[in-house]
Amino acid sequence: MTGKLDDYLRFHETSLALRAQRQQLLASNIANADTPNYKARDIDFSSAMQNALAGNAQVSAALVNTAASHLSGDPAVGAGSPQTLYRTVQQGSVDGNSVDMDVERNQFADNAIRYEAGLTMISAQIKNMLAAIQGGQ
Amino acid sequence: MSLFNIFNVSGSAMSAQSQRLNTVASNLANADSAASSTGQVYRAKQVVFSTVPMNDPEAAGVKVQQVVEDQSAPKMVYDPKHPLADENGYVAMPNVNAVEEMVNMLSATRAYQSNVDTMNAAKTLLLKTLTIGQ
Repeated sequence: MTGKLDDYLRFHETSLALRAQRQQLLASNIANADTPNYKARDIDFSSAMQNALAGNAQVSAALVNTAASHLSGDPAVGAGSPQTLYRTVQQGSVDGNSVDMDVERNQFADNAIRYEAGLTMISAQIKNMLAAIQGGQ
Repeated sequence: MSLFNIFNVSGSAMSAQSQRLNTVASNLANADSAASSTGQVYRAKQVVFSTVPMNDPEAAGVKVQQVVEDQSAPKMVYDPKHPLADENGYVAMPNVNAVEEMVNMLSATRAYQSNVDTMNAAKTLLLKTLTIGQ
């Protein structure tokens, strides 16, 4: 039963987790708007979502060992986090920073609204399930 | 929870930007100080930002890596009556560029405001998250 409830809520739960991660990335971009040589990062939401639902981690954290004395990293670390990509530079700046404030603010607001939409959806799902459990009383 | 980490990221950026604003203020305040407390003429100070990871490799905060002094030559002003004038009648004045400082000030203010907005948005989202299932 609980497995079914998990499956029922999984889609929006995954989407909320990814949206929260993306929000954090976009906040980092806005915070580093004046840092020299900082490159703006983002995730490709649709492919990250597909990968998360398929249950496979996009990033392999396994380290390449080129010498016997190298440490072998723990491949489980970072598993499940989506692959971050760098933004294509539209207009370069002299300090090597690739943050375009208009793009970042726009994406930040867009992502926040989509996160709120996800919250509304998951609340509605819970309400539906409660109605089913209580039999409409 | 990555939304909580936004407070750390934006907070670090806000403190870095306010430090930048602080150097702008001291540069402008000392634009006409012929001699600083060290006996040398005041040199314009600039902050250098760098990225610092915040708990999570994907969260990039900001810190002030160092405060550098502008090494360009001081402005030589001809004022023979000035007590600090040299034998030719010139006084060394700080190499503060007022236009540069004003631009720096506006940029720091805007960046600070952006980070406040970011933090408020994260707060709204977190508060709404708490209402799930109500």
